[in-house]
Amino acid sequence: MQFTSFNDFINMGGYGFYVWLSFGATAFILTLLVINSKAGHLQVIKKIAQRKQREDKLNEARKLRKKQNDQAIKEVTE
Amino acid sequence: MWKFLHPYANPEVSYHFTNKLLPWLTALTAIFLTVGLLWALLFAPADYQQGDSFRIFYIHVPAASLSMGIYVSMAIAAFSSLVWQLKLADASAAAMAPVGAAFTAIALITGAAWGKPMWGTWWIWDARLTSELILLFLYLGVIALHNAFEDKNLAGKAAGILTLVGVINIPIIKYSVEWWNTLHQGATVSKLGKPSMALDMLWPFIFCFIGFSLLVAVIICLRFRNEILARNSIRPWVRELVKKHDS
Repeated sequence: MQFTSFNDFINMGGYGFYVWLSFGATAFILTLLVINSKAGHLQVIKKIAQRKQREDKLNEARKLRKKQNDQAIKEVTE
Repeated sequence: MWKFLHPYANPEVSYHFTNKLLPWLTALTAIFLTVGLLWALLFAPADYQQGDSFRIFYIHVPAASLSMGIYVSMAIAAFSSLVWQLKLADASAAAMAPVGAAFTAIALITGAAWGKPMWGTWWIWDARLTSELILLFLYLGVIALHNAFEDKNLAGKAAGILTLVGVINIPIIKYSVEWWNTLHQGATVSKLGKPSMALDMLWPFIFCFIGFSLLVAVIICLRFRNEILARNSIRPWVRELVKKHDS
């Protein structure tokens, strides 16, 4: 090991602030990126599920309306 | 000769292939990054001139190199999309842009943090720094264009054209230190000739470089999966997947 004590390691020969700023910023940006990428997976799945729900609802409403229309036409033509 | 690639133009095939790759890539990334970063922080020697601030090199150079490599990949994807109408290429370009932007930002920030103690300034408008900053703006522009349109085909075309126009920036960044009298130093690690670097610094650098490259691959794979699902949401196989996930 290049450092004899933990304090030496943090101090980085006087450059501690800059070295840890660099490593810290890198870790921060990469963590955000990974979290965003993984969260995206759940978001996409949720959005598709919601869309399917909405489509199913619209289909149901359309079927119901068609039935009502057919009913109304039958009543009028009798 | 390239017929073996043809099945992968199918989104479903590419989705499952990416899923299969991910565990392996993640494992390799963990190994290479851990070994590389620990080696760089604890075991690599301090530079005789720059002292321990040289450890920033092990992040800064891979990040800068990858920022350019990702942009070139993005440009190839954009080209494929525009010329051969490959929809999957649009998806891959959209997946790569945020990763490239992140690594460009890392390169700029670590560079600034290294420049302050070494050169006495956080920033200078020299050729390499300025062109790398322009690269960041190009990435942000590509991301903005991908998100600006409801119609993903239109978005892909617009972002693709910006990507291809911006590709000229890459040789500018690379050769800036040769063409102009810049503050930023020239190449330390020559890819073709014998490296001018001591071996006990070269090895941790290699591990860090491979580790970050693999990390880029992992993140792009994650985002590529999401893009495929989002762009193929009406397909039955996607609907099946979503149903299985919810149950």
